[in-house]
Amino acid sequence: MGQLLQQLINGLTIGSFYALIALGYTMVYGVLKLINFAHGDLFMLGAYLGLVTLMGVVVNVGASASLLFLLLIFLIVMALVAGIGIVLERIAYRPLYRAGRLPPVISALGASIFLQNGVMLLYGARYRTYPEEFKAIIPDVIWEIGGARVSLIQVVMLAIAALLMAGLYFFVQYTRVGTAMRAVSLDHDTARLMGIDVYRIIMLVFLIGPALGAAGGMMVGLYYGRIYFTLGWGYGLKAFTAAILGGIGNIPGAMIGGLILGVIEALATGFVSDAWKNAIAFLVLVLILILKPTGLLGERVAEKL
Amino acid sequence: MDERYLYSALAALVILFPWIVRSVRWTQVANFFFVYALLGLSLNIILGYAGLFQLGHAAFYAVGAYTTAILSSRYDIPTFWLLPVAGLLSAVFAVLISRPILHLRGDYLCIVTIGFGEIVRIALRNDASSLVFLSKIPGLQFLEEKLTGLVITGGPNGIFGINRPAIFGFTFRQQWHYYYLFLAFVVFTVFAMRRLENSRLGRAWTCVREDELAAEAMGIDTVRVKLLAFAIGAAWAGVAGNLYASWVTVIAPESFSFWESVIMFCIVVLGGTGSIPGVLVGSIGMIVLPEILREVLSNIQQWRMLIFGAAMIAMMVFRPEGLWPSQRFRRELEIRD
Repeated sequence: MGQLLQQLINGLTIGSFYALIALGYTMVYGVLKLINFAHGDLFMLGAYLGLVTLMGVVVNVGASASLLFLLLIFLIVMALVAGIGIVLERIAYRPLYRAGRLPPVISALGASIFLQNGVMLLYGARYRTYPEEFKAIIPDVIWEIGGARVSLIQVVMLAIAALLMAGLYFFVQYTRVGTAMRAVSLDHDTARLMGIDVYRIIMLVFLIGPALGAAGGMMVGLYYGRIYFTLGWGYGLKAFTAAILGGIGNIPGAMIGGLILGVIEALATGFVSDAWKNAIAFLVLVLILILKPTGLLGERVAEKL
Repeated sequence: MDERYLYSALAALVILFPWIVRSVRWTQVANFFFVYALLGLSLNIILGYAGLFQLGHAAFYAVGAYTTAILSSRYDIPTFWLLPVAGLLSAVFAVLISRPILHLRGDYLCIVTIGFGEIVRIALRNDASSLVFLSKIPGLQFLEEKLTGLVITGGPNGIFGINRPAIFGFTFRQQWHYYYLFLAFVVFTVFAMRRLENSRLGRAWTCVREDELAAEAMGIDTVRVKLLAFAIGAAWAGVAGNLYASWVTVIAPESFSFWESVIMFCIVVLGGTGSIPGVLVGSIGMIVLPEILREVLSNIQQWRMLIFGAAMIAMMVFRPEGLWPSQRFRRELEIRD
C-alpha cells in the first residue's frame, strides 16, 4: 500500500512536468493543426537558460537568493523562451501555413536540430548540474504519509504546475482573448470574419506554449538537478504522447494526459520493470487509442495529410 | 535529345563512381546513400502513396536487420537466403501491428507509429532476459528458469559476426563490392516502384490518400489497400535491413532509434512526397550533404548540424513542395490554386 501511494506521488510529480510541456503541443496543434516537434527543445532551452540565469545570480548576488528571487528568475526565463518561440514561428512556420501538412513538420524537425546543436555549441555537450545553493531555497523537508515519503520539493513542483495550469485554464475559458483563441482553433476563416486577428492569436499561442515549456524545463532542472542538451527529445516525445492521450487540441486533455502518463510510468517502474517503463507507457497509449481513437477528451477528427 | 545525353552521362558517372573518387570513405558514403534510398523508397509507399503518417519506419528496418543478424550469426545461414525471410517477417510484423491502428487518422497514427518504433528499440535493447518479471504472474513461474540469462538480441551491445553476402563463391568484402550490389538493388527498386505507382494498387493508394470516403464509394477496399501499403513498405524496409546488416556485420539497437525514422521521414518529404526521383534527391540531402558539410566546414566542424538544421527549415520555406515533386502532386497543387 505504501509503495503504491509512493509511486502515485512520484508519478504525479513527473506527470505535472509532462502536462506543462504537453500544453504547448496541444495549444499549437489546436490553432494550427501542426505538431511542433521543436517544442521539446524549447523546454530544454528553458532548463539551460534557467541554469545560466541562476549561475549569474550566484556570481553577482551571492547565495543570498530567496524564493522570491527564484520566482523572478522563472518569469525571466519564461519571457526569454517565449520570445524565441515567437521568432521561431515567424521564421520557420508562418511561411508554411498554406503548404499542406507535411512541410511544417520537416521545418519543425529542422528547428529542433538547430536548437539542440545551438545549445550544445553554447553550453557544451556534457551534462550540467543546477547549483546546490538553489536547491537549498526549498528545504529538504520530508513527510511520511501512509508509508509513503513526500518531499517539500515535490509539493512545490506540483503547486507551481497546478497554479500555471489553473491560470491558463481560466485565461482560455473566461477572458476575451481566450475566447478568441478557442474561436481560432475551431475555424480560422470564421474567426477572421468575427474581427479576430488570427496571426496575433497564433503569436500568442507561440508565446504561452513555450513559456509553460520553459517553466517545465526549470522545474525538471531543479527537481533532478541535472540537464543535458538532448533532454528535449525524451521529454518532448513523452509530452506529445500525453497530449495525444488526452486528445490533442484539448487543453484539459493535455493536463490529464500528462498526469496519467506520469502515473503509468511510475507504476511501471515500481511494479513491473524500470527498463520497460517507456514501452509500457506507449503500449497503454496504443490500447487507449484503439478503444478511443481521438484520445480521452478529444472530439475533433483530424483531417488527412 | 539533350536530355538523353544528360542521362547517359549521369549513368556513366554512377557506374564509374568508385573509380572516379578512388576513396574508400566516399564509396562508403555512397553505400549509406543507397541504404537510405531503399528505406526512403519503402517509406514512400506508406507515407507518399497511401498518405499514412508513419514516423516509426525504423522498426521494420530493425526487424529485417535483426532477423538477418540472428539467423546468420547463430545458424550460419547465407545472408542472401535470408533476404526473403527478412522481408516477409517485416511484412508480417507490419500487418500485425498496423491492423488494429488503421482506423486512426493523421497525427494519432503518427504517435502510435513512433510508439511502436520505440517499443521495438526498447525490446531489442532489453533483450529477452529482462522479461523475467513476467514470471511474477501466477501460472507463469516456469518462465523464470527459461528467461534468466537468455540472450537473443544481444542487448545494448547488439550482434556481431554477421556473415558477409556471397554469391557463386564470390564474397562481398570491399566497399566497392557492396557499391555495385546496393546499386543493383536501388535500380531494381526504382524500376519496381515505377511499375507499382501506376498499377491498379498504386492508383488505389492515391485515391485513399486524397479522399478515403470517395475511394470507398468507388469500391476500393480501403482497409486492404492500407494494409498492403504497410506490408509492402515494411517488406522493403526489411530487405534494406538485411543488406545493411550483411554490410556492416555488427548491429546495435541504437542504429534503429527514433532519429533514424526521422531521417527517413525527412528524406521522403524533403525530396517531394510521393516522388521517386524526389526520394533519391532527398537521400542526397539527408545523407550525403552532412558528409560534404563535414569536408567543407572542416575548421568549423561543430557548426555542421546547426547549419544542417537551418538548411532544413530554409529548404521547406523556399520549396515546400519538395526538391523534386511528383508530377501527380504538382498537378493537384495547380488544380487547388
